[in-house]
Amino acid sequence: MSLASKSGRIAFRNARLIDPASGLDARGGLLVENGRIADVGPRLFNDAEPSDPEVIECRGLVLAPGLIDMRVFTGEPGSEHRETLESASHAAAAGGVTTIVTMPNTDPVIDEPSLVDFIRRRAAATAKVRVAPTAALTKGLGGEQMTEIGLLQEAGAVAFTDGDRTIANARVMRRSLAYANTFGALVVGHAEDPDLTAGASITEGEYAMRLGLPAGPAAAEAIVVERDIRLVELTGARYHFSQISTGASLDIIAAAKQRGVPVTCGVAAHHLALNELDVGSYYTFRKVKPPLRSEADRAAMVEGVASGIIDVIVSSHDPQAADTKRQPFAAAAFGAVGLETLLPVALGLVHDGRASLSHVLATLTAVPAKILGLRAGTLAKGAAADLVLIDPDDSFAVHHADLRSRAQNTPFEGRHFHGRAAKTFVGGECVFDRKAMR
Amino acid sequence: MTSAAPAETILKSSHLLGIEQLSVPEITALLDLAETYVALNRGADKKTATLRGRTLINLFFEASTRTQSSFELAGKRLGADVMNMSVKTSSVSKGETLIDTATTLNAMRPDLLVVRHQDSGAAELLSRKLDCCVINAGDGSHEHPTQALLDALTIRRRRGAFQGLVVAICGDVLHSRVARSNIHLLLKMGARVRLIAPRTLLPADADRFGVEIFHDMKKGLQGVDIVMMLRLQLERMSGAFVPSTREYFHFYGLDHEKLKLAKPGAFVMHPGPMNRGVEIDSAVADDIEVSLIQEQVEMGVAIRMAVLDALSRGLAKEGRNAP
Repeated sequence: MSLASKSGRIAFRNARLIDPASGLDARGGLLVENGRIADVGPRLFNDAEPSDPEVIECRGLVLAPGLIDMRVFTGEPGSEHRETLESASHAAAAGGVTTIVTMPNTDPVIDEPSLVDFIRRRAAATAKVRVAPTAALTKGLGGEQMTEIGLLQEAGAVAFTDGDRTIANARVMRRSLAYANTFGALVVGHAEDPDLTAGASITEGEYAMRLGLPAGPAAAEAIVVERDIRLVELTGARYHFSQISTGASLDIIAAAKQRGVPVTCGVAAHHLALNELDVGSYYTFRKVKPPLRSEADRAAMVEGVASGIIDVIVSSHDPQAADTKRQPFAAAAFGAVGLETLLPVALGLVHDGRASLSHVLATLTAVPAKILGLRAGTLAKGAAADLVLIDPDDSFAVHHADLRSRAQNTPFEGRHFHGRAAKTFVGGECVFDRKAMR
Repeated sequence: MTSAAPAETILKSSHLLGIEQLSVPEITALLDLAETYVALNRGADKKTATLRGRTLINLFFEASTRTQSSFELAGKRLGADVMNMSVKTSSVSKGETLIDTATTLNAMRPDLLVVRHQDSGAAELLSRKLDCCVINAGDGSHEHPTQALLDALTIRRRRGAFQGLVVAICGDVLHSRVARSNIHLLLKMGARVRLIAPRTLLPADADRFGVEIFHDMKKGLQGVDIVMMLRLQLERMSGAFVPSTREYFHFYGLDHEKLKLAKPGAFVMHPGPMNRGVEIDSAVADDIEVSLIQEQVEMGVAIRMAVLDALSRGLAKEGRNAP
């Protein structure tokens, strides 16, 4: 299946090159040599093709850095029936994602240097895309004792987070931020007050009332966002809100950024495309954490991406087996798969005229790379040839049986999108080719 | 016994509550006086009559082996009657307040009271309620002046002077009275002080002492003349301040590899008791070429004799009148 030529050289011709890191958006070519970008530019291969390499005629399709998804849950280790690193990597490759940042919410929890090492070794042996593991911020995700951030960082953890759990105790959070800052480590937070949202399965409001479901207020998010920003101001730590979902949170973060607080934030693709009404008739595939919010909040998220206050878009990919989703709504598991719909949802903002293609791709490439400190997300010469060839007008409907993910709990079943990955390359090697799959 | 020299006044205050209140001449005079006791303590007859007839009470609300025995020995060598009171045997454990204890002790007419207490400011409080000289042997996370003085004596005997010396204080500065007293003393005497610790073990605004702050020990140790290690309490190593002993030792434990980054000939100090393999490697602690830890203990007795001697000079010859 690999398109890499024997010489290790691949020439991309007639592509619309978009490199958000440098602001490049132009017709041109790109040369890959030995897994790295050897040359790139508007005039490359216009007249003469290089003699020996494999040539990929792009016919004006978008060639961009491979996407970096900052929030991916897998089931490895511990619940491989949900997802393995390998199966997640297939879904990622099909979604144009070349780096997945894995969450530590596994069994056992990734809170030991040896477990970070395990993830990296398993990824190297089985995954088709790059895996950047995060480690837990507190031992066993217990929210009480901080983990060995220094040793975990040396083992290769790119950030520290309790995944979908909020550290309830502000003193623990403060000390964890201070300790992380000792090592310049990035802390990634989840903002949902655990007491206000205990038992809740949907956002509080009229619709929750009509459905008769236990609900948590949207303010449960803003309260934690404000708290954590104050703690970041005390400790100076590098802090990223994994995903926000309310306009109130957005306002708080905008004000903090204005004050120069070193915080960034993400939004899950489903919070850009769905609102609380999409829960419909107890549709458990749309039970996510934090829950789908009001239409005003959804619109605020789109506006946040457009204005740049929201830094990154993530899939919040969370595979769940059918048995945990085929349950009454309140009893069903949280989570939705998203690796293969991340790019289509994001491109929706471009088609709707809300943001430029380059801006949207920045939230998926250069910006997450910068936040994580990864040498990725760029078309710069010398960078690893992690690339995605995007057909922005490829029209399709999501069908769960087409998903590469081991679990198929997509919240977008039947939904039509325009634009998705045509080919994906990691280190110059083709890891996904839509034509070849058909 | 040594002949009684004309006793000049050394300390302005009748108490030793902290280093912060001391002047450079006072510190220098105490160190000079302590030198005479080092010589005395190395002789066969270690006893003087300087404090004959005086009563010294060691009042320890926190367990301490070396400080208490050091003061006890110092008092006895100077000829004082020494009584040890520890919290387990006192009525404090029966609910008596610190002021009640002070009043009771005052009625026993001690001349010198050495006090250690878990609360910052406790020695100061006692000094206001008692008629005798109060010596702070450690109050909470505030000061431990005799430790800083004995450290200073140890350094001065090895290096001659403080001016221009670079001293790194490493570890749990947040909870350490030893660190605070040493910072005051070293800065007063002209040394440069660096604090090396993870951010969770440094108080907010620690730089306001006028010290340099390092979170990376390997950077902080470069060019250092003296490395002072602090003890890390075990209960602080399980996730609240530091995640584990192995992580702490990896980044902040002093071993020969990290010590190599300090100035050649740098010395290592520790106030004790040590956690081997946590803040200090045994190979460093037991290396007689670099470790001054045993010497610190010896200087401790001499310094405490000097402090008791100096304070007793302010005591009235006739004793106090009855109330």
